[in-house]
Amino acid sequence: MDFTPLFHPKTIAVLGVSLTNDRHPANVIYNKIHLRYPVKVYPVNPRGGQFQRDRVYADIADIPAHIDLAVVAARAEFVPDILERCIKSGVGGAVIISGGFAESGRAELQERLVTLARTANFPFIGPNCLGIYAPTRFDTFFLPGERLVRPDPGPVAIVSQSGGVLVDQMVKFAEQGVGLSLAVSIGNKALIRELDMLDYLSKDPATRVIAFYVEGFDKNEGRRFVKAAASIPKPIIVLKSGKSIEGRRAASSHTASLAGDHKVFSSVLAQHGIVEADNEFEMVSFCEALSCYRQKVQGRVGIITVSGGHGVLVTDICAARGLAVPQLSNDTRQKIQESLSASVRGIASLENPVDLTGSARDDDFVAAANGLSRALEVDCVILLLLPYSPGISSDLGARLSYVFRRENKPLVAYVPHQEKYRMLIEGFELNNVPVSSSIDGAVLMVDALRRCRTC
Amino acid sequence: MLNQDMRDIIRRAKSNGWVLEPEAKRLLSLGEIPVPDFCWANTLPEALAAAEEVGYPVVAKIVSPAIVHKSEVNGVAVGLEDADALTDVFSGFSKLEGFAGVLIEPLISGIELIIGAKIDYQFGPIILIGIGGTGVEIYQDIALRMAPLSDSDVSSMVESLKGAKLLRGYRGAEPIHMPALIRLVHHFSVLVMDLADHIDTIDLNPVKCTGTTCVVVDARIMLAEAAIPIELI
Repeated sequence: MDFTPLFHPKTIAVLGVSLTNDRHPANVIYNKIHLRYPVKVYPVNPRGGQFQRDRVYADIADIPAHIDLAVVAARAEFVPDILERCIKSGVGGAVIISGGFAESGRAELQERLVTLARTANFPFIGPNCLGIYAPTRFDTFFLPGERLVRPDPGPVAIVSQSGGVLVDQMVKFAEQGVGLSLAVSIGNKALIRELDMLDYLSKDPATRVIAFYVEGFDKNEGRRFVKAAASIPKPIIVLKSGKSIEGRRAASSHTASLAGDHKVFSSVLAQHGIVEADNEFEMVSFCEALSCYRQKVQGRVGIITVSGGHGVLVTDICAARGLAVPQLSNDTRQKIQESLSASVRGIASLENPVDLTGSARDDDFVAAANGLSRALEVDCVILLLLPYSPGISSDLGARLSYVFRRENKPLVAYVPHQEKYRMLIEGFELNNVPVSSSIDGAVLMVDALRRCRTC
Repeated sequence: MLNQDMRDIIRRAKSNGWVLEPEAKRLLSLGEIPVPDFCWANTLPEALAAAEEVGYPVVAKIVSPAIVHKSEVNGVAVGLEDADALTDVFSGFSKLEGFAGVLIEPLISGIELIIGAKIDYQFGPIILIGIGGTGVEIYQDIALRMAPLSDSDVSSMVESLKGAKLLRGYRGAEPIHMPALIRLVHHFSVLVMDLADHIDTIDLNPVKCTGTTCVVVDARIMLAEAAIPIELI
């Protein structure tokens, strides 16, 4: 099946546009594509007529152009017929927004769609989904544009069984400055499933990191998924829900009782180098780190701080995740010491964490980051930047990013995400250094580099 | 590939839903997995002769299609020193439900591991390695991987256990023979892949490991509920 018309349409037909209800999902979708995206869009309703000042086509076959993508938002019982017409008219693929299929007990109606599509080699997403969000190109979400938080275009693709979780992840991506290549809500995943998306995204040049929200796989589908994932040279992150719902436990077997469904899931993912996120927060942290770096680390962390308390906190969090905070060699300490400013040299603590104290200026951070980036005893660096410390300027993010460019040892920063620190944060983000809004998040980013097979 | 003897064992067990211990041990040994020299004795004279051959002290276990959990019905007697002791035990076992003989085998010592398999709905055959003993479900010190396993999978599974130190020779104890464990798990992984359509779970518990060997001391093979028709096995 060719997914190009689904994800790179030049022409879209929206089926089910209402002539009377402006808030109908099809109308929302039609309007946003019509007004904001560089795609030609046509409204379809069997009654024909006018919608706003545009002609409504009674049949998709009447549209005087080849249609790449049909977005279907009509009542479930009409959908098989609509799909058939799409196929006959040579449409390239469909997103079926409509609910009322397997999720409400009408599995046979859904099966009809699958049979039609398979026979015609016709790709469709859904039903019961939000469909596709392709930043700056088009989206099929029936959520008004002004309600959406829109992440910037970037390298992360996210595929979700749940539309709600997907939109929420997009909010978090935007907050954390994680860029999106494609977001797809696959809903009931009747035809196009995680495995199909994995295959497509592995070849998508705009996607460097692939993230999934999964509720469950079909019989043996997980096996096929991890095997495919293990051969793809891009980092793959999976957030799995339903961990607390354990399957039937056979009392007659220790193995069955010890190897619960989620334990198996986690173990098998790790075995195949897929990074499992435990929650939404981990998901966004992992996506951010893996969209910036491809260096594998063992997890020997060098830490730079201006506050002793932060140094202890981050050391504890590293230890809890099994990351080491090794002693620095005399050579490393001496080199950092020599390059610090005179006022800091005498009071800084050059253990690991390196505590530059509240007197530290930008130059001292750069000196310490240089020193740790060249030290063999650490393989990544966490920078805890507290921008209320008076010696830190807004330029520091960009300056520290250049240390990574030069030395090629991954740096991860923590900066409180407040509007007034925006320039400091963007100094990191725009130079591809991940910056977390929390200390925990910074440690998670390092952990992602350690756990990723393709790094 | 399952050979005819292996298929026969599964076929005989179908109606019962699980494989009797002596049959399970035969199946394992056909798959090149080490088990003790055991004898399935149906009468007291057979049991006594088997014990002479094995050499006292021996272990005696009830064989009964009605008893999955042998120890719960006092169906396991460990360290029987002589014929009198075995005679007493035999007489007790013969009164248990579904009595179908006694399994006689030598007493084996070593560090206890559990090695298991289950057919997972999403991922198919899964192998478990864990620290065994009675606390197995309390400590839950286990590692899981999707089968088939490579030898390096086995090493990394063992390394990931909290109890890995025990296996490496804790406080002057002899370390277990890792090549023997790797060989055992390798053969087990092959067997599990071959049996995948027929089984639900397998517990090899305990597997006893010493500085020279790893041996499966007890084995329980639960068959799949939606069984493949017997004529196709």
